[in-house]
Amino acid sequence: MNAVELSAVNQHYGPAQVLHDVSLSLGEGEVLGLFGHNGAGKTTTIKLILGLLQASAGSVRVLGHDPHSAEVRRALGYLPENVSFYAQLSGRETLQHFARLKRAPLRQCDDLLEQVGLSDAANRRVKTYSKGMRQRLGLAQALLGEPRLLLLDEPTVGLDPIATQSLYQLIDQLRQHGTSIILCSHVLPGVERHIDRAAILAHGRLQALGDIPSLRERAGLPIRIRLHDEQARGLQHWQAQGFNTRAINGGHWFEVSTAHASKLGVLRQLLAENAVSDVELHQPSLEDLYCHFMQQAAAGGAQ
Amino acid sequence: MNSILSIARKEFADGLRNRWLLAISLLFAVLAVGIAWLGAAAAGQVGFTSIPATIASLASLATFLMPLIALLLAYDSIVGEDEGGTLLLLLTYPLTRVQMLVGKFLGHGAILALATLLGFGSAAVAIAMLVPDVELNLLLWAFSRFISSSILLGLVFIALAYALSSVVREKSSAAGLALGLWFGFVLVFDLVLLAGLVLSQGRINPDVLPWLLLLNPTDVFRLLNVSGFEASAAISGVMQLGQDLPQSSALLWLALFGWGLLSLGLAFFFFKRREV
Repeated sequence: MNAVELSAVNQHYGPAQVLHDVSLSLGEGEVLGLFGHNGAGKTTTIKLILGLLQASAGSVRVLGHDPHSAEVRRALGYLPENVSFYAQLSGRETLQHFARLKRAPLRQCDDLLEQVGLSDAANRRVKTYSKGMRQRLGLAQALLGEPRLLLLDEPTVGLDPIATQSLYQLIDQLRQHGTSIILCSHVLPGVERHIDRAAILAHGRLQALGDIPSLRERAGLPIRIRLHDEQARGLQHWQAQGFNTRAINGGHWFEVSTAHASKLGVLRQLLAENAVSDVELHQPSLEDLYCHFMQQAAAGGAQ
Repeated sequence: MNSILSIARKEFADGLRNRWLLAISLLFAVLAVGIAWLGAAAAGQVGFTSIPATIASLASLATFLMPLIALLLAYDSIVGEDEGGTLLLLLTYPLTRVQMLVGKFLGHGAILALATLLGFGSAAVAIAMLVPDVELNLLLWAFSRFISSSILLGLVFIALAYALSSVVREKSSAAGLALGLWFGFVLVFDLVLLAGLVLSQGRINPDVLPWLLLLNPTDVFRLLNVSGFEASAAISGVMQLGQDLPQSSALLWLALFGWGLLSLGLAFFFFKRREV
């Protein structure tokens, strides 16, 4: 059974159509990254899965049920994009209030506060919390009742690099325990190692869906090989060998672009040169892929 | 049921935490005791006069205060949660909108009811203890009726506050609307009624007019509290219309309950329609 199953979903807000024929599934224990520009339909997709919206057409199933059912809601954790909670309550009181509503055991609260690093601030009023602390409190709230499906909307906003890293570690841990996770984010660097598949939305259409290697293959973006030439022989030397090359930082560093298929051949050829003293390999990153599919969407829309 | 109680518990705890309960109780107690002893000062008397006069003065006070306090307590219930992002979150919990609203109503209602009971109740206790040979039965009856109708009036306006809080998108508009609602029911309605009476120069069927008072919960509340006494010297203004009302206080109670149900219905209707 899939944790989330969207099939041929269309969504209208009045005359405007915000989702066009979106089909998407999320397996048990899978982490899906949901990416897109502002207004691409990410939030609408999330709200459909949460049962806050009714799809205009198509079907939405969550954990095998209708998303409105109480069983689904107890097994689901959600971190909204902007949540400031109740300013007058302390972190612990806030979490206990939500635990009661979710019928999760109250003893979980202190463990969760510990897990997100808020133990020391547990008795302080939420009013005094920084943006990052509220974000972590929101995360603790989402984890109440050990959800089987977790929806995280911009979880890294306001987090410092260390907290971001521990969030990603937490996601890895949860995945190992079989939790299915949907991660919506604008922050692309660093996230690709922690997701199984990426879904890229643009203007309400699913532009691309798949794991990173298959998206790379589909995009056909060049791999860039940076090399250090001790003899600084200039651009002509490399271009004469048939490489698509550009110079970086003046004399010594060059960048050769090549298709995925010819990557190893080019590398062998480069390494055969004694003057090449260093090599860096740059695969197209999630950011590159995102930009590629976005440009493709823009070109498609312009036609 | 548990979810309803959890929401109610939070609202009640909020009311204790931000000193609403304490402030309203004290305000009511001070004003009520003050009115009981100084209410007749305009007539050249100082000291407790009579139970009907005291209740009539208290009712005029409560007509202004109860709606205002109820609206203040609850005007941001929905829109405030929306602005803080918690409404969206709560709606993803195993909790229906009806349960959420009922929980809030119980919590806010309990704060208001307790404050009214403590505030006005202490005035009744003060009168019973300090005024020599006061009719205890009449005092108990009049104050019970006054306190319970005050609470009911407050509940009506709490529910109305939810309705307006569900309609607007910003807290400031909710505050403005709440003030408008208060102004409309407490001041404008009576003025319009009187103006209509004067301008129509008798062309309006006089039998209809008293019934128009039932369209305003604050007037129903006042009528309830001035009726049933032998002497009614303290009744003035629009309230005199109520004397022509053929029905007993049962009708007035029914009207006030009806207003409660209508307001709650409005609150459910608008909250259910609200998009997050």
